[in-house]
Amino acid sequence: MKNLTVSKAVTALMLAGLVLLPLYSQASGNVFILTLFTRIIILALAAASLNLIMGFGGMMSFGHAAYLGIGGYAVGMLAQEGVGSGFIQFPVALAASAIYALVIGALSLRTRGVYFIMITLAFAQMAYYVASGLARYGGDDGLTVYKRSDFSGLINLSNRTQFYYLCLACLLGVIFLIWRIVNSRFGLVVQGLRSNEQRMQAIGFPAKRYQLVCFVISGTMCGLAGALLANNTDFVSPAVMYWTRSGDLMVMVILGGMGTLFGPIMGAVVYLLLEEFLSQITEYWALIMGPLLLLIVLFGRGGIMGMLGRVGRG
Amino acid sequence: MAEPLLRVEKLVRRFGGIIATDNVSLDVAAGELHAIIGPNGAGKTTLISQLTGHLAPHSGSVSLAGRDITYLPAYRRCALGLARSFQITSLLLDFTAADNVALAAQAHAGTSFRFFANARKERPLRDAAHAALDRVGLAHRADVLVSKLSHGERRQIELAVALASKPKLLLLDEPMAGLGVTESQGMVKLLQELRKEVSIVLVEHDMPAVFALADRISVLVYGRVIASGDPAAIRANEDVKRAYLGDQHVVTHHG
Repeated sequence: MKNLTVSKAVTALMLAGLVLLPLYSQASGNVFILTLFTRIIILALAAASLNLIMGFGGMMSFGHAAYLGIGGYAVGMLAQEGVGSGFIQFPVALAASAIYALVIGALSLRTRGVYFIMITLAFAQMAYYVASGLARYGGDDGLTVYKRSDFSGLINLSNRTQFYYLCLACLLGVIFLIWRIVNSRFGLVVQGLRSNEQRMQAIGFPAKRYQLVCFVISGTMCGLAGALLANNTDFVSPAVMYWTRSGDLMVMVILGGMGTLFGPIMGAVVYLLLEEFLSQITEYWALIMGPLLLLIVLFGRGGIMGMLGRVGRG
Repeated sequence: MAEPLLRVEKLVRRFGGIIATDNVSLDVAAGELHAIIGPNGAGKTTLISQLTGHLAPHSGSVSLAGRDITYLPAYRRCALGLARSFQITSLLLDFTAADNVALAAQAHAGTSFRFFANARKERPLRDAAHAALDRVGLAHRADVLVSKLSHGERRQIELAVALASKPKLLLLDEPMAGLGVTESQGMVKLLQELRKEVSIVLVEHDMPAVFALADRISVLVYGRVIASGDPAAIRANEDVKRAYLGDQHVVTHHG
């Protein structure tokens, strides 16, 4: 039981830190940290959604950043066309992501292993080039979102603190949903398929149907992250869909601990803080970051959550 | 005569130039334990795979309780009451024994597109899992991860998983594979109990076990059924003796 308490304690500390951060920011007058952590929380949400299919479902999607773009462009394009209401923008962002996931998933899930990785990557790159070709919406240069989503007085996204808490609420809401899902009938089937697909077929579960639904849920969640991200940066460009961004999300999940509830948050916080910190020291930060990640992945089986578990035991 | 539970008619499956299943016909009556034996490479696993739906035949048909299932996918056959165990243990290693069995019960208890309620707290599923584990004598290991169980215990879990789906017909692909002497004896005893409740197709190398258990035996050689009949008839059959030359003493030795 002791190993449980160590990782639980660290998780609780991290969550408490995230909840209290705006207070610190206000007290110290450090606005930058609030902006930084808003971004971290949004990407943690994206990583958590990826973890649902990658960690729990065993589906190595290398194209998850596509949803960041789709969610973002839904907000940006609607704003450009004069539809500023968040009550329209957000549902459209989620629906568009879900539909994209349904189509991509139906095609990709015919394959397994490396082919699945490559085909999800290929589709995301296609989405990237489509966005680059949208001349009306900025093409390569991206699209500026002049006005953040309007929730008619319910919540003001232009207020940094309110926006931060909205993002945090979304993240915790998604984590809660994932927690329920992975322990539900559906979640057990999906995890069973990760473990042994042949066995699951033999006891009567059609694999693809369950994996596809899981793929769509995950994509929809990531679309939410995309819609928030566009509001955070007041800008959306094809670059958010680039394959390196999908790679970043994968690294966050693996770094934090695949198939754990809070691992992706941990991974996003550590990865993005390291990036921020190292890039201030040297412009060659990637030279330090790379080997560091390599070491963690090589020697810290199960990512940060796994290491915390072992610290507790040792 | 009543419709047999399982009817296999003129099944043919080729791999390139090799005919792995050559016009195989056999049927299994309700309540029967039908054993399929044959030397290595006789095509037993190929035959089983066509019964379970993992491999499609080139011609012929398979029907379960009068319904043609020749081209149904594995999961659909399972829903119709066909359960199998694997020759090489195939379980969810990172799940507990109880979870493995409960999932099999879940597959037959309504939809699994339920996303919110905790499945591990569904009483009927847990009870069914517990009952099946109890049936194979592993109730005390319910909460142990399968990866931590011994080979023998995993063979028993294979059986419990198959039982949990309350099948009409159980296809057992070498349930004794890799078991020690005592474990094998335990398994025979268990199968003797189970056969009272469910029809069984048993593919097995362990001749004493087969002869002790089977109502009928079909002997497969080079993909063809060379003999089919009760154990006494098979033991006396000259073709079978010839095919089993190396193993002949095993066949005759067992009294």
